[in-house]
Amino acid sequence: MIRPDAPVLLEICDLRASVEEQPILKGVNLTIRAGEIHAVMGRNGSGKSTLSKVLAGHPAYRVTAGSVHYRGEDLLALLPEQRARIGLFLGFQYPVEIPGVSNLEFLRVATNARRQEQGLEELDTFAFEDLVRERLKVVQMDPAFLERSVNEGFSGGEKKRNEILQMALLDPLVAILDETDSGLDIDALRIVAGGVNHLASADNATLLITHYQRLLDVITPDYVHVMAAGQILRTGGKELALELEESGYDWVDAELERLEASAPEGLATAQASRTPAEVG
Amino acid sequence: MTSAATVGDLVSQPYKYGFVTDIETEKIAKGLSEDVVRLISAKKEEPAFLLDFRLRAYRQWLQMEEPDWAAIGHPSIDYQNIIYYAAPKQQIKKASLDEVDPKLLETFEKLGIPLSEQKRLSNVAVDAVFDSVSIATTYKEKLAEHGVIFCSISEAVKDHAELIESYLGSVVPSNDNYFSALNSAVFSDGSFVFIPKGVTCPMDLSTYFRINSGDTGQFERTLIVAEEGASVSYLEGCTAPMFDTNQLHAAVVELIVLEDASIKYSTVQNWYAGDEKGVGGIYNFVTKRGHCRGDRSHISWTQVETGSAITWKYPSCVLQGADSVGEFYSVALTNNRQQADTGSKMIHVGPRTRSTIVSKGISAGHSSNSYRGLVQMGPKAVGARNYSQCDSMLIGDQAAANTYPYIRSQQPDASIEHEASTCRISADQLFYLQSRGIGFEEAVSMMVSGFCRDVFNQLPLEFAAEADKLLALKLEGSVG
Repeated sequence: MIRPDAPVLLEICDLRASVEEQPILKGVNLTIRAGEIHAVMGRNGSGKSTLSKVLAGHPAYRVTAGSVHYRGEDLLALLPEQRARIGLFLGFQYPVEIPGVSNLEFLRVATNARRQEQGLEELDTFAFEDLVRERLKVVQMDPAFLERSVNEGFSGGEKKRNEILQMALLDPLVAILDETDSGLDIDALRIVAGGVNHLASADNATLLITHYQRLLDVITPDYVHVMAAGQILRTGGKELALELEESGYDWVDAELERLEASAPEGLATAQASRTPAEVG
Repeated sequence: MTSAATVGDLVSQPYKYGFVTDIETEKIAKGLSEDVVRLISAKKEEPAFLLDFRLRAYRQWLQMEEPDWAAIGHPSIDYQNIIYYAAPKQQIKKASLDEVDPKLLETFEKLGIPLSEQKRLSNVAVDAVFDSVSIATTYKEKLAEHGVIFCSISEAVKDHAELIESYLGSVVPSNDNYFSALNSAVFSDGSFVFIPKGVTCPMDLSTYFRINSGDTGQFERTLIVAEEGASVSYLEGCTAPMFDTNQLHAAVVELIVLEDASIKYSTVQNWYAGDEKGVGGIYNFVTKRGHCRGDRSHISWTQVETGSAITWKYPSCVLQGADSVGEFYSVALTNNRQQADTGSKMIHVGPRTRSTIVSKGISAGHSSNSYRGLVQMGPKAVGARNYSQCDSMLIGDQAAANTYPYIRSQQPDASIEHEASTCRISADQLFYLQSRGIGFEEAVSMMVSGFCRDVFNQLPLEFAAEADKLLALKLEGSVG
């Protein structure tokens, strides 16, 4: 839902970032307002996942220039856990397994960290169980998963549902979902997308990072951005995604070549640096 | 900043129990000789059989050599430079706690072990050992109503000489190894527990060992006997001040369980570990063994080892009775220059005996952490089973973890399973937890306690929380 007067939740200006001295983001600009759903599309290695990791504060990525403001606050100055507590959420493409740490306990500690920031009372084990059982319905998850270790032995679909369950508990203002649709069969995709739609409101915003149109068939974006070589190359409405689905990314190469001709140095290096290491 | 380096910073916490109690002590001169052994025995007014026991052990010790097979290294120990007996001046055991030197009571209170009537732990009876002597035992009368004997071993020698004579050294013979021989010659105090036939001990029992003197060795002796159908849960705790010299701690613990009896023995070891350069700290050479004598008897060892410069310790079970069960659950955390070589021995003698070994080693800093264990199936151990699981967690890239499992089987019908794994706390796991609002330190401590959960679940309830806190404390520090 686009409302020009809605408050800005996330403002990314000329963001540049490297991993192991390799520049990946080369000037990303993006403004997200409350109530909006954005989709970032692009090929492997275009910098989509890097953008999500940089926003969440992954220590392996170094910001070299630019700024990110979250509700006016300098996001880049905050530790990853502080970003989470104030309402930034990253749904991982590959959620890691954490053997020995109980999923239920993990969810409770995370939820309470967020609640404390929101000025809400801490939930004890019993109150939390009530809450989590209610939120489980959002992703149609079996309560048995609560008793297991975090993501341990979960299937791809179960891991993704666990991510959306966390989102449902943490009540974020900006949710970044990195390739949430990858590895999901059509039923799981519907459940996960249904959860995301259910949680979207006029007060929060969602940033979907995806490869495929099929996620956007079930979650309708307000804006679609196409990323290539560490920049947002084009922005449009939901029809841009359909266009991509039909004509593919070939025009991107043409566009990049055109840009290269006008600014040979910057983008030539940008393209050359697309190594397999950046993929994903 | 790599996350490994940061985790490394986290594990370097100052030792909380490093204070020294300023109290007048009676010490004998340094050094070990037959005269010293006689002197210790005389000071304790011991019966002749015990003096003989000590002298025999001393003579055996003289013939033995310090073992060198463990994966540890240290400068040679000068056994003539150790004081073998130190006791607070007012060493006569008082009838009531009111008469115990308040300084001693204060010391134990600071350690979280209040002894006085009003403050003492409810539902846990405590024997407090300070240097070479036991200074107080709580709840003795209440336990006596159930026929349970819980007292210092010195008192037991006086009041229950026949029990001591028949059981002492019956599980760990004095010449079992170098350190057990030394202990048998010079042991000063420790605890004695006797649970008579059919009695379930009404409360947990606990001994708290405190080394205070800088140049004194501690050689305690613990003996626990559970008669037919009896059961008890026992916990041992220990701390020491920070000195830049190394103190020797060589204890012997013997457990005897008869038919259908069970003993659960838990240790939270937090001796001073030395500083980050490896200066000072306790050398912990301990022999712990339980004997499942009766059918269906049960021994369970649970240990949380976080201290000591050197840990050399292999709590073991001799499973003689048919269908008897031995268990060993261990968490060993080493940091800085600490070295631990620890594990268990399960000696299956009787038919259908079962044993479980779960060992979790966490190595940080420049430390070295080895699991060494033996599973032996004797010719009569028909249908015996063992399951061993040894997991190591590495923090940082300077620490070492080793596993040395020894398996000997003379019984084709016995089954032995061994699983081992090594893991590292990965940056991605930490980031995942952080990205859910969980701070760095809490994330590390969640993962470490998750790793140890199988073992912590075995600790008595009150101590499980304590062990969790202790590990968290060792892992606490500023993020940066």
